[in-house]
Amino acid sequence: MSNVPADLRYTKSHEWVRALGDGTVEIGITDHAQHELGDLVFVEVPEAGRTVKADEPCAVVESVKAASDVYAPIAGEITAGNPKLAAEPEMVNADPYGEGWLMRLKPSPGALAAAALLSATEYQKVLDAEGG
Amino acid sequence: MVDFGGWDMPVQYSSQIGEHHAVRRAAGVFDVSHMGVLDLRGQGVRPFLLQLLANDVGKLRVPGKALYSCMLNERGGVLDDLIVYYLNDYWFRMVVNAGTRDKDLTWIREHARPLAVEVTERTDLAMLAIQGPEARTKAAQLMPPSEAAAALALGPFVGRELGRWFVARTGYTGEDGFEIMMPAADAVPAWRGLNSLGVASCGLGARDTLRLEAGMNLYGNDMDESTDPFESGLGWTVALAPPERDFIGRAALEPIAREGSARKLVGLLLEERGVLRAHQKVLAAAAGEGEITSGTYSPTLERSIALARVPASTGARVQVEIRGKLLGARVVKPPFVRAGQSLI
Repeated sequence: MSNVPADLRYTKSHEWVRALGDGTVEIGITDHAQHELGDLVFVEVPEAGRTVKADEPCAVVESVKAASDVYAPIAGEITAGNPKLAAEPEMVNADPYGEGWLMRLKPSPGALAAAALLSATEYQKVLDAEGG
Repeated sequence: MVDFGGWDMPVQYSSQIGEHHAVRRAAGVFDVSHMGVLDLRGQGVRPFLLQLLANDVGKLRVPGKALYSCMLNERGGVLDDLIVYYLNDYWFRMVVNAGTRDKDLTWIREHARPLAVEVTERTDLAMLAIQGPEARTKAAQLMPPSEAAAALALGPFVGRELGRWFVARTGYTGEDGFEIMMPAADAVPAWRGLNSLGVASCGLGARDTLRLEAGMNLYGNDMDESTDPFESGLGWTVALAPPERDFIGRAALEPIAREGSARKLVGLLLEERGVLRAHQKVLAAAAGEGEITSGTYSPTLERSIALARVPASTGARVQVEIRGKLLGARVVKPPFVRAGQSLI
Protein backbone atom coordinates (compact mmCIF):
# COMPACT_ATOMS: atom_id res chain seq x y z
CA MET A 1 0.00 0.00 0.00
CA SER A 2 1.21 3.47 -0.85
CA ASN A 3 1.58 6.08 1.84
CA VAL A 4 -0.84 9.03 1.25
CA PRO A 5 -0.42 11.63 4.05
CA ALA A 6 -3.74 13.27 4.96
CA ASP A 7 -2.30 16.79 5.31
CA LEU A 8 -1.14 17.13 1.67
CA ARG A 9 -2.93 17.91 -1.60
CA TYR A 10 -2.38 15.87 -4.76
CA THR A 11 -2.67 15.74 -8.56
CA LYS A 12 -3.83 12.94 -10.81
CA SER A 13 -0.32 12.87 -12.28
CA HIS A 14 1.06 11.86 -8.85
CA GLU A 15 2.55 15.10 -7.54
CA TRP A 16 1.95 16.27 -3.97
CA VAL A 17 1.64 19.88 -2.72
CA ARG A 18 2.33 21.16 0.81
CA ALA A 19 1.42 24.70 1.94
CA LEU A 20 4.44 26.10 3.79
CA GLY A 21 2.57 28.86 5.64
CA ASP A 22 4.56 31.72 4.07
CA GLY A 23 2.46 31.81 0.91
CA THR A 24 4.70 29.35 -0.93
CA VAL A 25 4.17 25.63 -1.56
CA GLU A 26 6.51 22.64 -1.65
CA ILE A 27 6.07 20.05 -4.42
CA GLY A 28 7.24 16.48 -4.87
CA ILE A 29 6.18 13.13 -6.29
CA THR A 30 4.09 10.67 -4.30
CA ASP A 31 5.16 7.44 -2.67
CA HIS A 32 3.14 5.60 -5.33
CA ALA A 33 5.02 7.45 -8.11
CA GLN A 34 8.48 6.74 -6.70
CA HIS A 35 7.56 3.09 -6.25
CA GLU A 36 6.31 2.77 -9.83
CA LEU A 37 9.47 4.40 -11.21
CA GLY A 38 11.84 2.26 -9.17
CA ASP A 39 15.37 3.29 -8.16
CA LEU A 40 15.89 6.92 -9.19
CA VAL A 41 19.31 7.71 -10.67
CA PHE A 42 18.89 11.25 -11.98
CA VAL A 43 16.69 14.19 -11.00
CA GLU A 44 16.58 17.56 -12.77
CA VAL A 45 14.85 20.34 -10.83
CA PRO A 46 13.94 23.84 -12.07
CA GLU A 47 16.00 26.89 -11.14
CA ALA A 48 14.70 29.60 -8.83
CA GLY A 49 13.11 32.49 -10.71
CA ARG A 50 11.58 30.39 -13.48
CA THR A 51 7.88 31.09 -14.11
CA VAL A 52 5.76 28.01 -14.82
CA LYS A 53 2.21 27.50 -16.03
CA ALA A 54 -0.10 24.91 -14.48
CA ASP A 55 0.56 21.44 -15.96
CA GLU A 56 3.85 22.58 -17.54
CA PRO A 57 6.65 19.99 -17.36
CA CYS A 58 9.16 21.53 -14.96
CA ALA A 59 11.26 18.69 -13.54
CA VAL A 60 12.49 15.29 -14.71
CA VAL A 61 12.86 12.16 -12.60
CA GLU A 62 14.75 9.26 -14.16
CA SER A 63 14.93 5.75 -12.84
CA VAL A 64 17.05 2.99 -14.34
CA LYS A 65 14.16 2.03 -16.56
CA ALA A 66 12.59 5.34 -17.66
CA ALA A 67 12.51 9.14 -17.62
CA SER A 68 9.33 10.89 -16.45
CA ASP A 69 8.28 14.52 -16.49
CA VAL A 70 6.99 16.19 -13.36
CA TYR A 71 4.26 18.78 -13.99
CA ALA A 72 3.70 22.04 -12.12
CA PRO A 73 0.49 21.51 -10.14
CA ILE A 74 0.01 25.29 -9.82
CA ALA A 75 1.05 28.28 -11.92
CA GLY A 76 3.67 30.49 -10.29
CA GLU A 77 7.32 31.31 -9.80
CA ILE A 78 9.86 28.72 -8.66
CA THR A 79 11.53 29.85 -5.44
CA ALA A 80 13.86 26.83 -5.06
CA GLY A 81 14.79 23.47 -6.55
CA ASN A 82 15.99 20.88 -4.05
CA PRO A 83 19.78 21.23 -4.37
CA LYS A 84 20.54 17.89 -2.70
CA LEU A 85 18.91 15.73 -5.38
CA ALA A 86 21.69 16.21 -7.94
CA ALA A 87 24.02 14.17 -5.75
CA GLU A 88 21.40 12.03 -4.01
CA PRO A 89 18.48 11.27 -6.36
CA GLU A 90 17.69 8.17 -4.28
CA MET A 91 16.38 10.52 -1.57
CA VAL A 92 13.14 10.71 -3.57
CA ASN A 93 12.71 6.94 -3.13
CA ALA A 94 13.69 6.97 0.52
CA ASP A 95 11.66 10.01 1.68
CA PRO A 96 9.30 11.22 -1.07
CA TYR A 97 7.30 13.54 1.23
CA GLY A 98 10.28 14.94 3.18
CA GLU A 99 13.94 15.21 2.13
CA GLY A 100 12.96 14.14 -1.39
CA TRP A 101 10.94 17.28 -2.19
CA LEU A 102 11.59 18.59 -5.70
CA MET A 103 10.78 22.30 -5.75
CA ARG A 104 9.18 25.24 -3.96
CA LEU A 105 6.90 27.67 -5.75
CA LYS A 106 5.12 30.98 -5.09
CA PRO A 107 1.68 30.61 -6.72
CA SER A 108 0.53 33.38 -9.07
CA PRO A 109 -2.41 35.43 -7.70
CA GLY A 110 -5.50 33.22 -7.72
CA ALA A 111 -3.58 30.19 -9.05
CA LEU A 112 -3.87 28.15 -5.87
CA ALA A 113 -7.66 28.51 -5.84
CA ALA A 114 -7.81 27.72 -9.56
CA ALA A 115 -5.68 24.57 -9.30
CA ALA A 116 -7.69 21.35 -9.39
CA LEU A 117 -5.92 19.70 -6.46
CA LEU A 118 -7.17 16.51 -4.84
CA SER A 119 -7.54 15.72 -1.17
CA ALA A 120 -5.79 12.62 0.24
CA THR A 121 -9.09 10.71 0.06
CA GLU A 122 -9.66 11.72 -3.56
CA TYR A 123 -6.08 10.81 -4.51
CA GLN A 124 -6.45 7.44 -2.83
CA LYS A 125 -9.45 6.82 -5.10
CA VAL A 126 -7.28 7.61 -8.14
CA LEU A 127 -4.76 5.01 -6.93
CA ASP A 128 -7.53 2.46 -6.26
CA ALA A 129 -8.86 2.99 -9.80
CA GLU A 130 -5.33 2.38 -11.18
CA GLY A 131 -5.14 -0.82 -9.20
CA GLY A 132 -2.42 0.60 -6.97
CA MET B 1 4.96 -6.55 -14.94
CA VAL B 2 5.50 -5.79 -18.63
CA ASP B 3 4.72 -7.53 -21.89
CA PHE B 4 7.91 -8.95 -23.42
CA GLY B 5 7.47 -10.85 -26.69
CA GLY B 6 4.00 -11.92 -25.56
CA TRP B 7 5.14 -12.94 -22.06
CA ASP B 8 4.15 -11.14 -18.86
CA MET B 9 7.47 -10.60 -17.12
CA PRO B 10 8.56 -8.67 -14.02
CA VAL B 11 10.91 -5.71 -14.52
CA GLN B 12 12.06 -6.16 -10.96
CA TYR B 13 11.29 -8.35 -7.95
CA SER B 14 12.62 -5.93 -5.29
CA SER B 15 15.08 -3.26 -6.47
CA GLN B 16 16.51 -3.24 -9.97
CA ILE B 17 19.84 -1.89 -8.75
CA GLY B 18 19.90 -4.33 -5.82
CA GLU B 19 19.31 -7.25 -8.20
CA HIS B 20 22.06 -5.98 -10.50
CA HIS B 21 24.59 -5.83 -7.64
CA ALA B 22 23.55 -9.29 -6.42
CA VAL B 23 24.64 -10.73 -9.77
CA ARG B 24 27.93 -8.79 -9.90
CA ARG B 25 28.83 -9.62 -6.29
CA ALA B 26 27.20 -13.01 -5.49
CA ALA B 27 24.41 -14.70 -7.50
CA GLY B 28 21.01 -14.02 -9.05
CA VAL B 29 18.44 -16.11 -10.91
CA PHE B 30 16.45 -15.04 -13.99
CA ASP B 31 13.45 -16.80 -15.51
CA VAL B 32 14.34 -16.90 -19.21
CA SER B 33 11.69 -19.43 -20.20
CA HIS B 34 10.41 -16.92 -22.76
CA MET B 35 13.38 -17.75 -24.99
CA GLY B 36 12.73 -20.28 -27.73
CA VAL B 37 14.45 -23.67 -27.50
CA LEU B 38 14.54 -25.54 -30.82
CA ASP B 39 15.85 -29.05 -31.36
CA LEU B 40 17.15 -29.72 -34.87
CA ARG B 41 17.57 -33.37 -35.77
CA GLY B 42 18.47 -35.35 -38.85
CA GLN B 43 21.33 -36.55 -41.02
CA GLY B 44 21.44 -33.19 -42.77
CA VAL B 45 21.55 -30.99 -39.67
CA ARG B 46 25.21 -29.93 -39.92
CA PRO B 47 25.04 -29.04 -43.65
CA PHE B 48 21.80 -27.20 -42.89
CA LEU B 49 23.36 -25.05 -40.16
CA LEU B 50 26.46 -24.39 -42.26
CA GLN B 51 24.07 -22.74 -44.71
CA LEU B 52 21.68 -21.11 -42.19
CA LEU B 53 24.11 -19.35 -39.84
CA ALA B 54 26.69 -16.61 -40.39
CA ASN B 55 29.04 -18.19 -37.86
CA ASP B 56 30.55 -21.56 -38.78
CA VAL B 57 29.18 -24.63 -36.97
CA GLY B 58 32.14 -26.45 -38.51
CA LYS B 59 34.04 -25.02 -35.49
CA LEU B 60 31.91 -27.25 -33.24
CA ARG B 61 33.68 -30.60 -32.84
CA VAL B 62 33.31 -31.39 -29.13
CA PRO B 63 29.78 -32.49 -28.08
CA GLY B 64 28.11 -29.85 -25.92
CA LYS B 65 30.12 -26.93 -27.33
CA ALA B 66 28.06 -23.81 -28.06
CA LEU B 67 28.43 -21.12 -30.72
CA TYR B 68 26.96 -17.60 -30.82
CA SER B 69 25.77 -16.60 -34.29
CA CYS B 70 23.59 -14.30 -36.31
CA MET B 71 20.97 -15.71 -38.64
CA LEU B 72 20.83 -13.41 -41.69
CA ASN B 73 18.48 -12.77 -44.55
CA GLU B 74 19.73 -12.66 -48.16
CA ARG B 75 20.47 -8.92 -47.80
CA GLY B 76 22.77 -9.58 -44.84
CA GLY B 77 20.26 -8.11 -42.36
CA VAL B 78 20.10 -9.75 -38.94
CA LEU B 79 16.96 -11.94 -38.55
CA ASP B 80 18.03 -12.96 -35.04
CA ASP B 81 21.03 -13.68 -32.85
CA LEU B 82 21.14 -17.07 -31.19
CA ILE B 83 23.17 -19.76 -29.47
CA VAL B 84 23.50 -23.18 -31.06
CA TYR B 85 24.75 -26.26 -29.17
CA TYR B 86 26.34 -29.22 -30.93
CA LEU B 87 25.03 -32.31 -29.14
CA ASN B 88 25.87 -34.99 -31.69
CA ASP B 89 26.17 -35.24 -35.47
CA TYR B 90 22.38 -35.63 -35.81
CA TRP B 91 21.21 -33.28 -33.08
CA PHE B 92 21.85 -29.55 -32.50
CA ARG B 93 19.91 -27.36 -30.08
CA MET B 94 19.26 -23.66 -30.76
CA VAL B 95 18.15 -20.92 -28.35
CA VAL B 96 16.45 -17.94 -30.04
CA ASN B 97 14.87 -14.68 -28.88
CA ALA B 98 11.24 -14.63 -27.72
CA GLY B 99 10.20 -11.69 -29.90
CA THR B 100 11.48 -13.36 -33.09
CA ARG B 101 10.45 -16.94 -32.31
CA ASP B 102 7.56 -17.22 -34.79
CA LYS B 103 9.49 -15.52 -37.60
CA ASP B 104 12.53 -17.69 -36.87
CA LEU B 105 10.52 -20.91 -36.88
CA THR B 106 8.95 -20.10 -40.25
CA TRP B 107 12.37 -19.23 -41.73
CA ILE B 108 14.15 -22.24 -40.24
CA ARG B 109 11.44 -24.74 -41.23
CA GLU B 110 11.35 -23.36 -44.78
CA HIS B 111 15.11 -23.87 -45.18
CA ALA B 112 15.20 -27.18 -43.25
CA ARG B 113 12.64 -28.96 -45.43
CA PRO B 114 14.92 -29.75 -48.42
CA LEU B 115 17.54 -31.25 -46.07
CA ALA B 116 14.97 -33.34 -44.12
CA VAL B 117 15.92 -31.68 -40.82
CA GLU B 118 13.22 -32.04 -38.20
CA VAL B 119 12.59 -28.88 -36.15
CA THR B 120 10.94 -29.31 -32.73
CA GLU B 121 10.05 -26.39 -30.48
CA ARG B 122 10.69 -27.44 -26.86
CA THR B 123 7.79 -25.65 -25.19
CA ASP B 124 7.93 -28.35 -22.49
CA LEU B 125 11.16 -26.84 -21.15
CA ALA B 126 11.59 -23.91 -18.78
CA MET B 127 14.93 -22.12 -18.57
CA LEU B 128 16.58 -20.49 -15.57
CA ALA B 129 19.76 -18.41 -15.83
CA ILE B 130 21.80 -18.44 -12.60
CA GLN B 131 24.52 -15.80 -12.88
CA GLY B 132 27.25 -14.32 -10.72
CA PRO B 133 30.55 -15.31 -9.09
CA GLU B 134 28.74 -17.71 -6.71
CA ALA B 135 26.15 -18.91 -9.25
CA ARG B 136 27.66 -22.22 -10.29
CA THR B 137 28.35 -23.49 -6.77
CA LYS B 138 24.86 -22.47 -5.60
CA ALA B 139 23.14 -24.07 -8.61
CA ALA B 140 25.16 -27.26 -8.21
CA GLN B 141 23.68 -27.65 -4.72
CA LEU B 142 20.31 -28.39 -6.37
CA MET B 143 21.77 -31.42 -8.19
CA PRO B 144 22.67 -34.96 -7.08
CA PRO B 145 26.43 -35.20 -6.26
CA SER B 146 27.58 -36.88 -9.49
CA GLU B 147 25.65 -34.42 -11.67
CA ALA B 148 26.83 -31.46 -9.59
CA ALA B 149 30.45 -32.52 -10.14
CA ALA B 150 29.84 -32.87 -13.88
CA ALA B 151 28.14 -29.44 -14.01
CA LEU B 152 31.02 -27.78 -12.16
CA ALA B 153 33.47 -29.39 -14.59
CA LEU B 154 31.80 -27.81 -17.65
CA GLY B 155 34.08 -25.46 -19.57
CA PRO B 156 32.96 -21.99 -20.70
CA PHE B 157 30.31 -22.07 -23.43
CA VAL B 158 29.67 -25.81 -23.06
CA GLY B 159 26.37 -27.52 -22.20
CA ARG B 160 25.48 -31.06 -21.22
CA GLU B 161 22.43 -33.16 -20.41
CA LEU B 162 22.58 -34.09 -16.74
CA GLY B 163 19.59 -36.20 -15.68
CA ARG B 164 16.41 -34.29 -16.53
CA TRP B 165 18.29 -31.00 -16.97
CA PHE B 166 20.41 -29.51 -19.72
CA VAL B 167 23.06 -27.43 -17.97
CA ALA B 168 25.12 -24.91 -19.95
CA ARG B 169 27.89 -22.57 -18.78
CA THR B 170 26.53 -19.59 -20.67
CA GLY B 171 24.78 -16.32 -19.87
CA TYR B 172 23.95 -12.75 -20.75
CA THR B 173 25.43 -10.80 -17.85
CA GLY B 174 29.23 -10.81 -18.23
CA GLU B 175 29.49 -13.04 -15.17
CA ASP B 176 30.15 -16.76 -14.83
CA GLY B 177 27.09 -18.95 -14.37
CA PHE B 178 24.71 -21.50 -15.82
CA GLU B 179 21.68 -21.47 -18.02
CA ILE B 180 19.61 -24.55 -17.18
CA MET B 181 16.83 -25.95 -19.33
CA MET B 182 14.51 -28.19 -17.32
CA PRO B 183 11.02 -29.71 -17.46
CA ALA B 184 8.61 -26.86 -16.69
CA ALA B 185 7.43 -28.58 -13.50
CA ASP B 186 10.97 -28.39 -12.06
CA ALA B 187 11.26 -24.60 -12.45
CA VAL B 188 9.34 -23.37 -9.40
CA PRO B 189 10.99 -25.82 -6.94
CA ALA B 190 14.41 -24.97 -8.43
CA TRP B 191 13.72 -21.22 -8.14
CA ARG B 192 12.66 -21.57 -4.49
CA GLY B 193 15.64 -23.78 -3.78
CA LEU B 194 17.97 -21.13 -5.20
CA ASN B 195 16.25 -18.39 -3.16
CA SER B 196 16.75 -20.45 0.00
CA LEU B 197 20.48 -20.66 -0.86
CA GLY B 198 20.62 -16.86 -1.00
CA VAL B 199 20.35 -16.47 -4.79
CA ALA B 200 18.42 -13.25 -5.55
CA SER B 201 15.36 -13.26 -7.84
CA CYS B 202 16.16 -10.92 -10.75
CA GLY B 203 13.87 -9.32 -13.35
CA LEU B 204 14.17 -7.97 -16.87
CA GLY B 205 15.45 -4.60 -15.65
CA ALA B 206 18.62 -6.03 -14.08
CA ARG B 207 19.03 -8.35 -17.08
CA ASP B 208 19.19 -5.28 -19.33
CA THR B 209 21.65 -3.26 -17.22
CA LEU B 210 23.90 -6.33 -16.79
CA ARG B 211 23.99 -7.20 -20.50
CA LEU B 212 24.64 -3.58 -21.47
CA GLU B 213 27.54 -3.28 -19.00
CA ALA B 214 28.82 -6.54 -20.51
CA GLY B 215 28.63 -4.94 -23.99
CA MET B 216 26.16 -7.54 -25.28
CA ASN B 217 23.66 -6.61 -27.99
CA LEU B 218 19.89 -6.81 -27.59
CA TYR B 219 18.04 -7.90 -30.70
CA GLY B 220 15.52 -5.28 -31.87
CA ASN B 221 17.49 -2.48 -30.16
CA ASP B 222 21.08 -2.81 -31.30
CA MET B 223 20.49 -4.75 -34.51
CA ASP B 224 17.59 -5.96 -36.62
CA GLU B 225 16.77 -6.87 -40.22
CA SER B 226 17.75 -3.38 -41.42
CA THR B 227 21.32 -3.63 -40.08
CA ASP B 228 24.15 -6.05 -40.88
CA PRO B 229 26.51 -7.67 -38.35
CA PHE B 230 29.47 -5.41 -39.27
CA GLU B 231 27.64 -2.21 -38.31
CA SER B 232 26.28 -3.94 -35.18
CA GLY B 233 29.56 -4.81 -33.44
CA LEU B 234 29.08 -8.43 -34.50
CA GLY B 235 31.67 -8.75 -37.27
CA TRP B 236 33.58 -11.21 -35.06
CA THR B 237 30.68 -13.67 -35.37
CA VAL B 238 30.71 -13.71 -39.18
CA ALA B 239 32.89 -16.57 -40.46
CA LEU B 240 33.95 -15.71 -44.03
CA ALA B 241 36.50 -18.55 -43.94
CA PRO B 242 36.31 -21.10 -45.43
CA PRO B 243 35.42 -19.21 -48.62
CA GLU B 244 33.41 -22.11 -50.04
CA ARG B 245 30.84 -22.08 -47.20
CA ASP B 246 27.88 -20.41 -48.86
CA PHE B 247 25.73 -19.22 -45.94
CA ILE B 248 22.60 -17.09 -46.35
CA GLY B 249 23.63 -13.42 -46.51
CA ARG B 250 27.25 -14.13 -47.53
CA ALA B 251 26.95 -12.53 -50.96
CA ALA B 252 25.63 -9.31 -49.41
CA LEU B 253 28.32 -9.20 -46.70
CA GLU B 254 31.40 -9.86 -48.83
CA PRO B 255 31.59 -6.37 -50.40
CA ILE B 256 31.00 -4.79 -46.97
CA ALA B 257 33.79 -6.89 -45.46
CA ARG B 258 36.08 -5.82 -48.30
CA GLU B 259 35.26 -2.12 -48.38
CA GLY B 260 34.33 -1.53 -44.73
CA SER B 261 31.05 -0.36 -43.18
CA ALA B 262 29.87 3.23 -43.27
CA ARG B 263 28.74 2.91 -39.65
CA LYS B 264 29.94 1.19 -36.51
CA LEU B 265 28.50 0.29 -33.12
CA VAL B 266 30.45 1.83 -30.24
CA GLY B 267 30.17 2.17 -26.49
CA LEU B 268 29.48 5.59 -24.96
CA LEU B 269 30.24 6.78 -21.47
CA LEU B 270 28.36 9.93 -20.46
CA GLU B 271 30.73 12.44 -18.87
CA GLU B 272 27.99 14.55 -17.34
CA ARG B 273 24.96 13.81 -15.17
CA GLY B 274 21.96 12.31 -16.92
CA VAL B 275 20.86 9.05 -18.50
CA LEU B 276 21.51 7.94 -22.08
CA ARG B 277 18.46 6.28 -23.68
CA ALA B 278 17.75 4.51 -26.96
CA HIS B 279 17.02 6.85 -29.93
CA GLN B 280 18.80 9.90 -28.54
CA LYS B 281 20.77 11.70 -31.25
CA VAL B 282 24.58 11.46 -31.25
CA LEU B 283 26.60 14.32 -32.80
CA ALA B 284 30.03 13.19 -33.99
CA ALA B 285 31.38 16.54 -35.21
CA ALA B 286 32.51 16.39 -38.85
CA ALA B 287 31.87 12.63 -39.02
CA GLY B 288 28.12 13.27 -38.92
CA GLU B 289 25.30 12.01 -36.74
CA GLY B 290 24.35 8.73 -35.15
CA GLU B 291 21.86 7.32 -32.70
CA ILE B 292 21.91 5.53 -29.37
CA THR B 293 20.58 1.98 -29.75
CA SER B 294 20.59 1.04 -26.03
CA GLY B 295 21.25 3.28 -23.06
CA THR B 296 20.96 3.01 -19.32
CA TYR B 297 22.38 3.94 -15.96
CA SER B 298 25.22 1.58 -15.07
CA PRO B 299 24.90 0.57 -11.41
CA THR B 300 28.50 -0.74 -11.36
CA LEU B 301 30.08 2.41 -12.86
CA GLU B 302 27.51 4.78 -11.29
CA ARG B 303 27.21 6.71 -14.53
CA SER B 304 25.33 6.36 -17.77
CA ILE B 305 26.48 4.07 -20.59
CA ALA B 306 25.14 3.25 -24.04
CA LEU B 307 25.67 1.48 -27.32
CA ALA B 308 25.36 3.79 -30.32
CA ARG B 309 25.50 3.41 -34.08
CA VAL B 310 27.69 6.20 -35.43
CA PRO B 311 29.62 7.05 -38.63
CA ALA B 312 32.72 4.87 -39.07
CA SER B 313 35.05 7.90 -38.83
CA THR B 314 33.71 8.98 -35.41
CA GLY B 315 36.53 9.97 -33.07
CA ALA B 316 37.06 9.66 -29.33
CA ARG B 317 34.41 12.10 -28.17
CA VAL B 318 30.81 12.87 -29.17
CA GLN B 319 27.86 14.89 -27.92
CA VAL B 320 24.46 13.42 -27.12
CA GLU B 321 21.26 15.44 -27.32
CA ILE B 322 19.12 14.90 -24.23
CA ARG B 323 15.92 16.98 -23.95
CA GLY B 324 17.40 19.73 -26.10
CA LYS B 325 20.76 19.92 -24.30
CA LEU B 326 24.09 18.66 -25.67
CA LEU B 327 26.05 16.55 -23.20
CA GLY B 328 29.61 15.24 -23.70
CA ALA B 329 30.30 11.50 -23.99
CA ARG B 330 33.46 9.46 -24.45
CA VAL B 331 33.61 6.75 -27.11
CA VAL B 332 34.79 3.46 -25.60
CA LYS B 333 35.15 -0.12 -26.70
CA PRO B 334 32.60 -2.42 -25.01
CA PRO B 335 32.44 -4.32 -22.69
CA PHE B 336 32.20 -1.78 -19.87
CA VAL B 337 32.27 -4.40 -17.09
CA ARG B 338 33.35 -8.04 -17.00
CA ALA B 339 33.43 -10.43 -14.04
CA GLY B 340 32.58 -7.67 -11.59
CA GLN B 341 35.40 -5.36 -12.73
CA SER B 342 35.15 -2.03 -14.54
CA LEU B 343 37.06 -2.07 -17.82
CA ILE B 344 36.68 1.67 -18.38
